[in-house]
Amino acid sequence: MSVGLLWLIPMLPLLGFLALAATEGRLGERAVAVIGAGSVGLAALLAVPVTVGFFELPADTGFSQTLWVWLDVAGFRPAFTLYLDGLSLVMLWVITGVGFLIHLYATGYMSGDPGYSRFFAYMNLFVFAMLMLVLGNDLLVLYLGWEGVGLCSYLLIGFFQQDPANGYAARKAFVVTRIGDTAMALGLFLLFRELGTLEIQPLLGAATAAWPEGSATLTLAALLLLGGAVGKSAQLPLQTWLPDAMAGPTPVSALIHAATMVTAGVYLIARLHDLYLLAPVAQTAVALTGLATLFIAAFAALVQTDVKRILAYSTMSQIGYMFFALGVGAWSAAVFHLMTHAFFKALLFLSAGSLILALHHEQEVTRMGGLWRRLPWPFAGMLVGSAALAALPFTSGYFSKDAILLTAFDAPGGFWLWSVALLAALVTALYSVRLLVLVFFGQPRWQQSGREPRDRGGIAMRLPLAALSLLAIGGGWFGLSPVAAVLPDGGVGHGHGGWVMWATSATPLLGVLLGLLLFQRWGAVVARLGTSGGTRAVRRFWLSGWGFDWLYRQLIERPFVALARINRNDVVDRVFAALAGGALGVNGLLSATQTGRLRWYLANMAGGLALVLLIVLGVL
Amino acid sequence: MISLGLIGLLLVGAPLAWAGERLGPSWPQRLSLVVLGLASAWLLLGWLAAAADDGVVETVALTWIPRFGIGVILVLDGLSLVMVALTLALGAVAVVSSWTEVGERHGFFQFNLLLTLAGVAGVFMAQDLFLFFVFWEVMLVPMYLLIAIWGHEARAYAAMKFFLFTQISGLLLLVAIVALVLSHQAATGVLTFDYRLLVTGAGSLPAWVMVGFLAAFLTKLPSVPVHSWLPDAHTQAPTAGSVILAGIMLKTGAYGLIRFVVPLFPDASEALRQPLMVLGAVSVVYGGYLAFAQDDFKRLVAYSSISHMGFVLLGVFAWNQLAVQGAVVQMVAHGFSTAALFMMAGALQERLHTRELSQMGGLWQRAPRMGAVALFFVVASLGMPGLGNFVGEFMVLLGAFQVDVGPTIIAALGLIVAAAYALLLMQRSFQGAAPSGAPELRDFGARELAVMILLMAALITLGVYPQPLLDVSGPVVDGLRALTGAAR
Repeated sequence: MSVGLLWLIPMLPLLGFLALAATEGRLGERAVAVIGAGSVGLAALLAVPVTVGFFELPADTGFSQTLWVWLDVAGFRPAFTLYLDGLSLVMLWVITGVGFLIHLYATGYMSGDPGYSRFFAYMNLFVFAMLMLVLGNDLLVLYLGWEGVGLCSYLLIGFFQQDPANGYAARKAFVVTRIGDTAMALGLFLLFRELGTLEIQPLLGAATAAWPEGSATLTLAALLLLGGAVGKSAQLPLQTWLPDAMAGPTPVSALIHAATMVTAGVYLIARLHDLYLLAPVAQTAVALTGLATLFIAAFAALVQTDVKRILAYSTMSQIGYMFFALGVGAWSAAVFHLMTHAFFKALLFLSAGSLILALHHEQEVTRMGGLWRRLPWPFAGMLVGSAALAALPFTSGYFSKDAILLTAFDAPGGFWLWSVALLAALVTALYSVRLLVLVFFGQPRWQQSGREPRDRGGIAMRLPLAALSLLAIGGGWFGLSPVAAVLPDGGVGHGHGGWVMWATSATPLLGVLLGLLLFQRWGAVVARLGTSGGTRAVRRFWLSGWGFDWLYRQLIERPFVALARINRNDVVDRVFAALAGGALGVNGLLSATQTGRLRWYLANMAGGLALVLLIVLGVL
Repeated sequence: MISLGLIGLLLVGAPLAWAGERLGPSWPQRLSLVVLGLASAWLLLGWLAAAADDGVVETVALTWIPRFGIGVILVLDGLSLVMVALTLALGAVAVVSSWTEVGERHGFFQFNLLLTLAGVAGVFMAQDLFLFFVFWEVMLVPMYLLIAIWGHEARAYAAMKFFLFTQISGLLLLVAIVALVLSHQAATGVLTFDYRLLVTGAGSLPAWVMVGFLAAFLTKLPSVPVHSWLPDAHTQAPTAGSVILAGIMLKTGAYGLIRFVVPLFPDASEALRQPLMVLGAVSVVYGGYLAFAQDDFKRLVAYSSISHMGFVLLGVFAWNQLAVQGAVVQMVAHGFSTAALFMMAGALQERLHTRELSQMGGLWQRAPRMGAVALFFVVASLGMPGLGNFVGEFMVLLGAFQVDVGPTIIAALGLIVAAAYALLLMQRSFQGAAPSGAPELRDFGARELAVMILLMAALITLGVYPQPLLDVSGPVVDGLRALTGAAR
């Protein structure tokens, strides 16, 4: 039973983390690279026999492996059980495979950084947590992975500690996602109260048995879990952390903020699809969340000038497509897009990393241009990645995105859903072309820095670019047979045919043509539009991510901090201080009577005596 | 004789450690460690030797003042065992943390430390209410001295505040105990302070008596609105004092609620359940919110204790097995994590001569080992799964949700606030840029690192496999719940 090796897969990166933490950064770069990338590479290698073993199992069965029982109190009995089925298998491959390529790339990219060992320790811990998230068979274990990846995300966004802005971005990411996580925790409490278990497979069975379709309790639980998903996956209204998360090193953006962690919400909903099938309102909410996000983020991506922020908004938008797919019932297509997106977005980020490195840490596309001949590797990577991102025919992104759009057309209200998503697909092609044009074509604008661009990638950085390029082009041919057994739509559908299909396929091409016209031929005109009048205001609005940051700062952050400052000394303590002050005051009054003057005492005595007499006699 | 021997060891060890001053400068703390090591071994051996079914390891019942029905009744059961073991463990941590910090009169310092521990251990085992009250007072005076003599700049104010809050609420406790005993006598004709007898006639007790118990225990816990002694006391106390205060002493309040308040007053507890759960939830959020606003490393940690103990209050009055067991885990986990954070504060103050966060920043570059350790405990404090605090908080919330949704939702918001204050603490102390020209900072040495690694191991064990602990305290919790007629 080679599938029994499953437990070793998360264990290896954990061991890598422990080894790197225990050595406290005393190891040389080569040793750290061997441990850091090697542990993930070994895990990816182990995935081969595990996969072979998995397919030897009887069809349509999951494999579960219990390590130990976490705790057992009053019927609450979560166990560290790993569960492998078609869905977690796909995730396993994405995490270890793409994860290894990114680790390999990072061995070159991070070279020379004083925190080299710390970086790989965090990265390995992340891979461990992400694997627990997708392999956990209990929602509590999933939650462990869920919080764990959030922690590593925080640590890696703020990796360059010296700059407080990075720390702010890291905390923002953690706190904003924690808002979602708290909603999710409440969802877990509710599910446990109603069903008495958090073990996923029994829970799904019990939910189906216990609740009719549209049950209010179930809908509430599904919406609370959606809250967790939108936080982790940077969807509306908790999306604001992702663009700032680009403060982390670029391999982090590729691994955590593109390929794996941010898709955890998609995984969660796909994993719990039975709940959403029973709660149509919640499923519709998933679709609309995705639709709104993919639309808003696409336009935001169109005007960004930081290459990583362009990619960040693009990621947000693409995950929006995945949510949208889940919501309209294109379950398999959502997971399919998750996989292809992991390929091409990781490629885009890694290419951007090489680009940034070659330009001596320049990230502004306004200070690039005309670089394609000088930087062929980043150019090739970006070109391939952008083609897949724009869903040009026969790239990987084409298959997955078309499957989503065509299935959406057949959903209730499908024409409108399809139209909005297709418009955003057009914008996707536009911003992809804009990125390429601004960076690699046109007039060079990088000379002001006075330093020559120099592609510094060695084999460790170029190999992942090549491998991911192949996957970004050809990854669509994988199909997705393993998830067919898990998800209710029985595999990636082909959806609508006819003119809808032609329109869906042709839109990205149209977008590319339009993009070339707008940014290559009329580039100067478009640039001028962005600096004048009403179009300038629109550009700024989109640049700010539709003003969400501003809104949240005014509505939540500022009042929260201001009130905390005002109440720093705790108003409750003032009450006790007043009591103490009152006691002191009375003490002062009483001690004032102690004058030491005999006449005063005598007078008082006489007065007091008279008063007592009068009271006794009943006069008063 | 486990319990008597244990308390005896601490009481005898206290003057010995004091006298150790004559042998040399580091002898008092060495003797203290030896005493605590012996006591721990004694407890462990006694526990292993006893066959504990229904959770009771040992019962000692001696007459003391028969005329008033007062006896020396010490019961060591699963719950007491957990709390006493925590007391000894954190006592040792406190001794180590005071190793270099306490300059003068180290012998007397250790004397007070051990005396406090003796009082706390007695509180966790006494089941005669008079004896309980004696121990309750015993732990107060030496702690007052620890703060007043070895504390920081505002120690006199803090010590007095601590003393007044504890003493006034203790007085109410005494009144309540006497009222309880007298009303029991009126009902049954038996004059006794024996908790085991009193609790069987619990239904007939007047509910207002509960207020006295509540006052003492909620102040000790502490809960909003009687929490305001804590930040001053914890901030001003020497590190060892803060470790004992936050790590153990607060738990005497929680322990009192579980052991005495709910079993003695099941009906009143049920009637006041919702307001008390709300109080716990408000403590979680308000304590965390105050922590967020602090500029003093130690004060921030102190306020976070209020937040964490709010979960305990929430769990105790939810009174189902999940929530109460969660409260027990939370007590232990909070003891370890807070002890470590106070040690961190103490270590920083020793090196930087300030606790002000505005004077810190960028410490990671100067002392990476301290940075990594601080990160671990900050993360534990914000409730990261895999570490003990998460297990406690999650169990409490999961259990409380079944009883009352409203307070549980409020308390869950505390998870967000915890992330805000904990990460801000990390940012302002260890992250950011180091001021240029900052002098060399001595990183953790072997002694400090060893203690920290032990505390980390404890939190990880609690986080991924808390079952042994739950098995020890479980039968007692079940028994107490059965007393109140709560169904399993």
